[in-house]
Amino acid sequence: MTAIAEPVNTRVRPGAAQMARWAISDSLVMTRRNLLVWLRVPAYIVFTVVQPVIFVLLFRYVFGGAIQAPGSGGYVSYLMPGIIAQTAAFATFATAIALAQEATKGVIDRFRAMPMARSAVLAGRLIADSIRMLIVILVIIGVGYAVGFRFQNGVVGAIGMILLAEAFGIAVCSVSAFVGLAIKDEESVQAFGLIWIFPLTFVSSAFVPIATMPSWLQVFAKNQPVTLVIDAMRSMALGGPAFPLNPALWESIVWLAGVLIVFVPLAVRSYRRVG
Amino acid sequence: MTLTNTDFAIEVAALHKSFGEVHALRGIDFAVPRGSVLGMLGPNGAGKTTAVRVLTTLLRPDSGRVIIEGYDVVRDAAAVRRRIGLAGQSTAIQLELTGRENLEIMGRLNHMPRSSVRGRAAELLERFDIADAADRPAKTYSGGMQRRLDLAASLVAEPSVLFLDEPTTGLDPYGRLGMWDIIRELVGRGTTLLLTTQYLDEADELANTIVVVDHGRVIASGTPNQLKDQVGGDLLEFTVPDRSRLDDAVTAVAGLSDSTPTVETETRRVKVAVGNRGSTALVEAVRRLDASGVVTENLALHRPSLDDVFLAVTGHATEAPPEIGSKAHKTPTAGVPS
Ligand SMILES: Nc1ncnc2c1ncn2[C@@H]1O[C@H](COP(=O)(O)OP(=O)(O)O)[C@@H](O)[C@H]1O
Ligand SMILES: [Mg+2]
Repeated sequence: MTAIAEPVNTRVRPGAAQMARWAISDSLVMTRRNLLVWLRVPAYIVFTVVQPVIFVLLFRYVFGGAIQAPGSGGYVSYLMPGIIAQTAAFATFATAIALAQEATKGVIDRFRAMPMARSAVLAGRLIADSIRMLIVILVIIGVGYAVGFRFQNGVVGAIGMILLAEAFGIAVCSVSAFVGLAIKDEESVQAFGLIWIFPLTFVSSAFVPIATMPSWLQVFAKNQPVTLVIDAMRSMALGGPAFPLNPALWESIVWLAGVLIVFVPLAVRSYRRVG
Repeated sequence: MTLTNTDFAIEVAALHKSFGEVHALRGIDFAVPRGSVLGMLGPNGAGKTTAVRVLTTLLRPDSGRVIIEGYDVVRDAAAVRRRIGLAGQSTAIQLELTGRENLEIMGRLNHMPRSSVRGRAAELLERFDIADAADRPAKTYSGGMQRRLDLAASLVAEPSVLFLDEPTTGLDPYGRLGMWDIIRELVGRGTTLLLTTQYLDEADELANTIVVVDHGRVIASGTPNQLKDQVGGDLLEFTVPDRSRLDDAVTAVAGLSDSTPTVETETRRVKVAVGNRGSTALVEAVRRLDASGVVTENLALHRPSLDDVFLAVTGHATEAPPEIGSKAHKTPTAGVPS
């Protein structure tokens, strides 16, 4: 057996400030790259933008007439916060699929064998996807305005709703990132996404008042985080209990923080274990 | 023996790596001198990719040591990463982006100054014959071009040690030759190269030293000629359609090597073992046969395959699970019409 002498080279480690600068610039390069890819593929844009617009029109004009919505502004006002939250959640399918592809195609291997910041692949993905999400949310709000939706709680309420939708999207994004990196097979990732995102967004207050559901389903629908988030978004958009007093808002924030605390480390761990 | 690390770009000692019950590497040792090419030859599942992944800091070894350019891959992974390039088994480029964008992003992520990134990308695109397609999405490229772009992407930061995991698997013969040219040119510039392959002729063509890996162990190593000698070397074969000229043909090629040609009278087929002088012997044979006016058919040089090496070293053929589309079990031939 061969013994190897101690390495002659001493360790050279860049300072913490340099590391931090690289972490930021590498994340931004990755963000730009991911957005560029998104813009290059018409199918991605269709999937992320056109699909939610179709949902707005479908629910507004096809199902809307049959649904009794509480509150002012009619069904379209009830509907919009729900559709926005669902769209943010659906947008993370792309997160999971992109990371799964990068894991299987050896892209992540290549990045990990480079001196780039270790955090940049995930950070760049989350930043790009939240920008993408924001664009889609704004488009849907525009479409909503065209079909009769109005914010009824002032600019602060409107911005609050958008921020909460973003925070929700980012939390779901961290789950999807974990799922994509852990499962890695593109089709399984897609199937798994359907299994958890569909029930969570549909069995919620997104499209119909929970009171119209069978009572066994109500128990789940009432207490699950997507309902809490959508209720909080609704009260910010349409006016409800004053801000700090709205329990749904605080409960959603706690939920979203909890999801991030659990799933960001899980995603980071599976990123490290890719391969 | 204690190695001094100044002469070696890569040193590997007693390397072990298991995935649960699968012992992918069971004690690998080798060293690669600066500026030389090591060919890691082995069938599917031998442990080649696992070795490459440990050497490029992607996997932690269970035991053993790996030193790259004087840095330990476990303790000084960051220093190793600044000195290596990796082109893995599948092309890891972003197909939606253009060739130029792919390379420029690699440059930025390697922390090269923005100003030098552009020039470096343009230079590589030119060198790798992608310049004409530089601003087209990479998904419009041929398989060979995508592979070349992938290789270029691993070279943006001018690594001194390059790892290529099966760089020509899946390429057509033309793409394969193009890749060989590029690899030779790289080596000419002084890059230390470790490449894995399932093809003996590829290792023979490109490597200074070959290690043959099977079941996570090095079962043979040496220069390509040493290995081929172990196997018996190249075999020159041809058919003489006119039976009456068979003896003339044998006389013509008799002096090509020390061994006497064998003749299958039934099929009018002549075979000469030509050792490691394959291509020279081929040219010489054509010249001599031509001079003596013998017409031949199917003149070809049969080079020993990975299977022949395995047969010689272990006494049995490769046992890798057959991979769909794998050419590992075919004997590559270099033939000329006569
Ligand atoms: N991540 C992994 N998990 C479990 N087994 C693995 C993993 N990677 C490789 N192996 C196994 O290790 C062995 C060597 O694989 P690999 O290094 O890919 O061989 P090669 O590249 O020579 O074809 C194979 O039996 C393979 O199935
Ligand atoms: Mg392999």
